[in-house]
Amino acid sequence: MRNYETFEYDVLVVGAGGAGLRAAIGAIEAGCKVGVVSKSLLGKAHTVMAEGGAACALANVDPEDGWKVHFRDTMRGGKFLNNWRTVEIFAKEAPERILELERYGAVFDRTPQGLISQRAFGGHKYRRLAHVGDRTGLELIRTLQDKAVALGFESHMETTLTRLLTSGDRIVGAIGYRRSDGGLCLFKAKAVVLASGGWGRMYKFTSNSWESTGDGVMMAFEAGAELRDMEMVQFHPTGMIWPPGMRGILVTEGVRGEGGILKNGNGERFMFSHVPDFYRAETAETPEEALRWVDDKKNNRRPPELLPRDVVARAIYKEVKEGRGSEHGGVYLDVSHKGADYIKKKLPSMYDQFLHLGDVDITRQPMEVYPTIHYAMGGVTSEPETCATTLQGLFAAGEVACGLHGANRLGGNSLTDLLVFGKRAGDAAGAFAKSSSFYEPDTHQIEEEIETLFAPFGRKDGENPFTLHAELQETMQTGAMIARTEESLTTTLNEIKQVQERAKNISVSGDEKFNPSWHAARDVLFMLTSSEILVRSALERKESRGGHWRTDYPNEDPFWAKHNVCAKKEGENIKLYATPVPEPPAEYQEILKD
Amino acid sequence: MTQTVTLHVFRGDSNGGEFREYKVKTAPGMVVLDAIHQIQKEQDGTLACRWNCKAAKCGSCSAEINGHPGLMCKTRIEALPTEKPVVVQPVKTFPIIKDLVTDVSWNYEIAKTIAPLKLKDEGSTEPLRMQQEDVDRVQEFRKCIECFLCQDVCHILRDRHRKDIFYGPRQMVRIAALAMHPLDASERRPFIKDQAGVLACNITKCCTEVCPEHIKITDNAIIPLKERVADLYFDPIRALIRKVKR
Ligand SMILES: Cc1cc2nc3c(=O)[nH]c(=O)nc-3n(C[C@H](O)[C@H](O)[C@H](O)COP(=O)(O)OP(=O)(O)OC[C@H]3O[C@@H](n4cnc5c(N)ncnc54)[C@H](O)[C@@H]3O)c2cc1C
Ligand code: SF4
Ligand code: SF4
Ligand code: FES
Repeated sequence: MRNYETFEYDVLVVGAGGAGLRAAIGAIEAGCKVGVVSKSLLGKAHTVMAEGGAACALANVDPEDGWKVHFRDTMRGGKFLNNWRTVEIFAKEAPERILELERYGAVFDRTPQGLISQRAFGGHKYRRLAHVGDRTGLELIRTLQDKAVALGFESHMETTLTRLLTSGDRIVGAIGYRRSDGGLCLFKAKAVVLASGGWGRMYKFTSNSWESTGDGVMMAFEAGAELRDMEMVQFHPTGMIWPPGMRGILVTEGVRGEGGILKNGNGERFMFSHVPDFYRAETAETPEEALRWVDDKKNNRRPPELLPRDVVARAIYKEVKEGRGSEHGGVYLDVSHKGADYIKKKLPSMYDQFLHLGDVDITRQPMEVYPTIHYAMGGVTSEPETCATTLQGLFAAGEVACGLHGANRLGGNSLTDLLVFGKRAGDAAGAFAKSSSFYEPDTHQIEEEIETLFAPFGRKDGENPFTLHAELQETMQTGAMIARTEESLTTTLNEIKQVQERAKNISVSGDEKFNPSWHAARDVLFMLTSSEILVRSALERKESRGGHWRTDYPNEDPFWAKHNVCAKKEGENIKLYATPVPEPPAEYQEILKD
Repeated sequence: MTQTVTLHVFRGDSNGGEFREYKVKTAPGMVVLDAIHQIQKEQDGTLACRWNCKAAKCGSCSAEINGHPGLMCKTRIEALPTEKPVVVQPVKTFPIIKDLVTDVSWNYEIAKTIAPLKLKDEGSTEPLRMQQEDVDRVQEFRKCIECFLCQDVCHILRDRHRKDIFYGPRQMVRIAALAMHPLDASERRPFIKDQAGVLACNITKCCTEVCPEHIKITDNAIIPLKERVADLYFDPIRALIRKVKR
């Protein structure tokens, strides 16, 4: 067997995005020795890309706001598939976490009173997003990075974990490789926090970074953890579509939050004709009312552009499908009426992005946009209070975890999620580690993983991992995108199966030193399984809800209104089953009604 | 009509290497990083590079393109001269790991020595009060995406290899963000002068020129830090008055 280096930590954190870093802070403050593993350099995780802001009911600009309204908006946005207790904790603790971040050193945009400024975003009744221009994720990750570094932890940058190790039904560590030289690293830990982010890379057009291959969720699945809501992925309504190389890159919802409007190829402001009854009472009826709302939020209702993402994405899809698309097959997003100065101050990186990469000056011209894959609502089932998963010693927080967002995430809720549940997971893992000890991992598992990892070097003239990845992306994009049917999903499932077969014969050349094709060979195995689970779950949910739109079952279904689709590994099979959504107590039912 | 572009990409490691030629199909709006990815996918999967966001937000994909330090994801192929091949090589100031990937760990090591924000009312949980105009400057510095391109071009690090005397422009920006935070209560000047070595900078402004975030590194961060240090060390009376006034 190959040699490996061994490291021991009270708490091992998988991931250095917002959730992982906040968890590390919690565990260090609990007095633990903490190791953080990440595939990229520190500060580069996907979180850095977040733009619009972090939602929290500070009520700095709209005094009517409060945790109950945030709770209501999040539950309604999630079409009630959320775990209400998770949402309650989230809405209550969000302001505290943001203020704490400010004390760590984050410098948010200010109100005239000198407090944290807040902006409007889709699905949030009041202006609620603490932000820094359109680079809020950078502010969040850099602040947490600096704080955690100051507290002290061991960082394993550019190291990819590929398997969680168990002893009985307990997680006792993980194994992986250093990207720079392929050196194997074995981590023993008393507790593990999984904060490995999402899995948008299985689709062709995505706003996600290369890291988002869903390794974490699959490692948890392989180790026996329960997953839920895997069919629920978010299509962000506004991704770039032109030029081709930029396709999928995000255009922040902040553009609409700052007053941007959507028009189709005929120049019509189409969102007014796509308002669902569920949201009619809180949405402006005319462009005039929507315009007045910008300056007078009390007496006017929100523009339909700020409906939750699932609604806007479907509307754009329909406009294009019915022949009212823009030049390159999307729709127009226009914010130029806000004036150059305002745009450059509030949306500087969007301005830069379009000017440099798209040859569009957004202070004068509209942008062209189309839905792009953006966020995974589903993931590893985790307890509201402690983020404990169904496996002992394993905690999950951030995008990889499931419970907060239900069938559709509201913009801005993720960044705060990272803080609230990153902290809770870190604290709980710290406490767990204190009363636990190290266990010897099962050597058979280690051998098996080493075999899987290095097998592609031993094969000759096999499949190219990049080609298989591209084929997976193609079939997911065609069959499991925004509009799904039994037929499209079944076709995609069959194609995934075929690619899975071919993946047994992946071969790579070169050696173990920073070899992207070798890295891709393991990533694609994770993505193939997670895609299969996603598609199978989507076949189960025979209804339309939130991000999951089945054109063959266009309505909501009373059974699925009250059930999550769960997945678990049973032998070598994927077992799917429905579990009841926890029912909110009577006093909360009231809040949710209107 | 598809056209092709020729690239000369550095392939090698600490033992040396060579430029290898690749031809890649172009598409409208294509950036250098797209070309590198195409090579990886279709011609040589072992070509190493770093990237994350492909939107100039993470600072991972720094390289020297036709001799100019820049982000590969922000450099359009169309904007480069077509008569000759596009030359892509790793940043020079840091030791090479492989191909376009360099060992930038030094930056992370020295970052550990910079004291974090110390608030005047430490321990309180009250919301902070700061006016926008008082944080504008700090926000400029906090735009830094740690691409380390400024570190790459600074001649003190690049040509004179004096990492022992100067933390480099990136860390000057970081220190300035802390020192100019309206509520920071730390005395940072001895550190800025002795450990971080601000006086080593001779204001060539090369760093400012390459910053993809358009941070005015020299004018807004380094010169004010130099002034603060000068106040403390060369004008004890003014420094004393300042202290009493606080
Ligand atoms: C362009 C864009 C804009 C966004 N804007 C907003 C916004 O305005 N507001 C908002 O709330 N949300 C926004 N989001 C969503 C939000 O940014 C993400 O959901 C969130 O950052 C996820 O954070 P995380 O900590 O869970 O994971 P990530 O930040 O994705 O970090 C995952 C970490 O896990 C590591 N990792 C993964 N796999 C492995 C492995 N196998 N071994 C070791 N380490 C591993 C990675 O290296 C990384 O360090 C946006 C997303 C995008 C893409
Ligand atoms: S201005 Fe100073 S820090 Fe910047 S490149 Fe020149 S010497 Fe280096
Ligand atoms: S200051 Fe500018 S050039 Fe230097 S690391 Fe930061 S973003 Fe890059
Ligand atoms: S890939 Fe993020 S800056 Fe280029």
